Amino acid sequence: MNQQEMRTVYTQTLIELAEKDERIVVLEADLMKASGTGAFKNRFPERTFNMGVAEANMVGVAAGLSAGGKIPFADTFACFASRRTYDQFFISGNYAHLNVKLVGTDPGVASEYNGGTHMPFEDIGIMRNIPQLVVMEPSDPVSLKKLVIKSAYHNGCTYMRLHRKPVTVIYSEEEEFEIGKGKVLKDGTDVTLIATGAIMVAEALKAGEILNAEGISAAIIDMHTIKPVDTGLILQYAKKTGGIVTCENHQKMNGLGSAVAETLAENYPALLNRIGINDEFGEVGKLDYLLERYQLTAEHIVSTAKMNISSR
Amino acid sequence: MEKQELEQLERKAKEIRKMTIDTIGYLGVGHIGGALSVIEVLTLLYYKHMDISPEEPKKKNRDKLVLSKGHAGPALYSVLADKGFFPGEWLHTLNKGGTNLPSHCDMNRTPGIDMTTGSLGQGISAAIGIAMANRLDGIDKKVYLIIGDGETNEGQIWEGAMAATHYKLNNLIAFTDYNKMQIDGYVHETMNIEDLNAKWNAFGWFVQRVNGHDFLDMDMAVERAKKELFRPSMIILDTIKGKGAFFAERRLDNHNMNVTYETAQEACRLLDQEN
Repeated sequence: MNQQEMRTVYTQTLIELAEKDERIVVLEADLMKASGTGAFKNRFPERTFNMGVAEANMVGVAAGLSAGGKIPFADTFACFASRRTYDQFFISGNYAHLNVKLVGTDPGVASEYNGGTHMPFEDIGIMRNIPQLVVMEPSDPVSLKKLVIKSAYHNGCTYMRLHRKPVTVIYSEEEEFEIGKGKVLKDGTDVTLIATGAIMVAEALKAGEILNAEGISAAIIDMHTIKPVDTGLILQYAKKTGGIVTCENHQKMNGLGSAVAETLAENYPALLNRIGINDEFGEVGKLDYLLERYQLTAEHIVSTAKMNISSR
Repeated sequence: MEKQELEQLERKAKEIRKMTIDTIGYLGVGHIGGALSVIEVLTLLYYKHMDISPEEPKKKNRDKLVLSKGHAGPALYSVLADKGFFPGEWLHTLNKGGTNLPSHCDMNRTPGIDMTTGSLGQGISAAIGIAMANRLDGIDKKVYLIIGDGETNEGQIWEGAMAATHYKLNNLIAFTDYNKMQIDGYVHETMNIEDLNAKWNAFGWFVQRVNGHDFLDMDMAVERAKKELFRPSMIILDTIKGKGAFFAERRLDNHNMNVTYETAQEACRLLDQEN
């Protein structure tokens, strides 16, 4: 399986953008080593601003850089990017209609040994409440690269969840992505799995194989943009397969599952089940342990999909 | 500064003060205290120091001002209207539904406003970002920043204070409107910010402290700040909250107060009778 480290792809994409566009700048809050943007600093030292352990100021400075005509990418752990800078991102970035590209790394269980203090299960929900904000979680190196480019030239702020670790390539290099347009990874007729992010799209793909082996045809959708969510695609597959299971590394509340529930409830009330965190805090552990602990594994998706089908 | 220029600035400040009192009085309520304490510094910057063009408010190569204490918007709106950024009639639309002049500064609604503010503490970071962008683009212009004394309680102010010296932003000239009062009372009783000079000094800024209603003092301080080669500047302005409005001056409840239009007009008449 071809794997690439997501943080390397993120940084290389920013370098490629910056080679062609002098407006691209990068801000960090003492996590340059973790996010891998050191390579950007080596190439563009004058366009890299390490703001120290001061995330609120970092996001405010990013807004100022945008007011000065720059396209700032600011990243930190997703827990801080969301909870700690919310008012700065909300007012100085979004309310001011500026162009802050905020990236939250180690979303949800990806925080592993950093544990509950660093494990954001709520960042999508927090961010979805900001008017007009684009909220994304790429699933593989190709979608990451393409969506970072889309983000750079989107007129407005964006929030992207980023799993930094090596991730299996799903898409071909030629695949094109649009903000707000989900990707059908596998067609199906019995049930639809809608997943977001590298960890949960991978689990959904595994679940699809297990279901397939048992004679159940599951469609699988990579919903890389949670806001604006692809309502057309949701409704198309709700009608086609009759039921949906959402899969997210996030609280069931206010995340992808909620976005899909809102769409279905107002348009076509098909049966929905949600894989996600059940109103709990995070805790330490390896990824495998945490996936099982919070019932996010392919096996849980499989049993939920079967329940979805049998409950109709 | 020549005597003639000083007199012009003083006359202009009186005009701006009256416009601000009129603007808030016409609405009947507003942040009168903190608007009136920054009249002189705004007048000095916009009528002497800042390179701006009302006909081209978004010109890239210009001085900028971030009014971090965004609730003082009406004072700045009076300056911008007088400068011709928008028609003077707009002032009487303050806070009315659909207005271009909201209580707190909004860069997308009001021509001449350089940064959206209103959530205290955030202006310093924005000003730092603008100063960094100017430096990257080789724009040799200043970024002016006005923060409040109560606002100085915000942690973000001190995150910014650290960062501005780290990046040696000598193109950033900040002011603290030290009118000694915040919403709940005197600053020293609510959350003391002293020793303010020592604090900014400790963060590595070039610190000066002057009378914020005295043009000569302020002008010399700004000239000295402009000459700084490596440090951002903090000019602490000793000011009077509600300065010049008999119904508000030095009153502890003047942060956001009701005022009838008759009272506001009476205050303007009294200002006219001075000197």
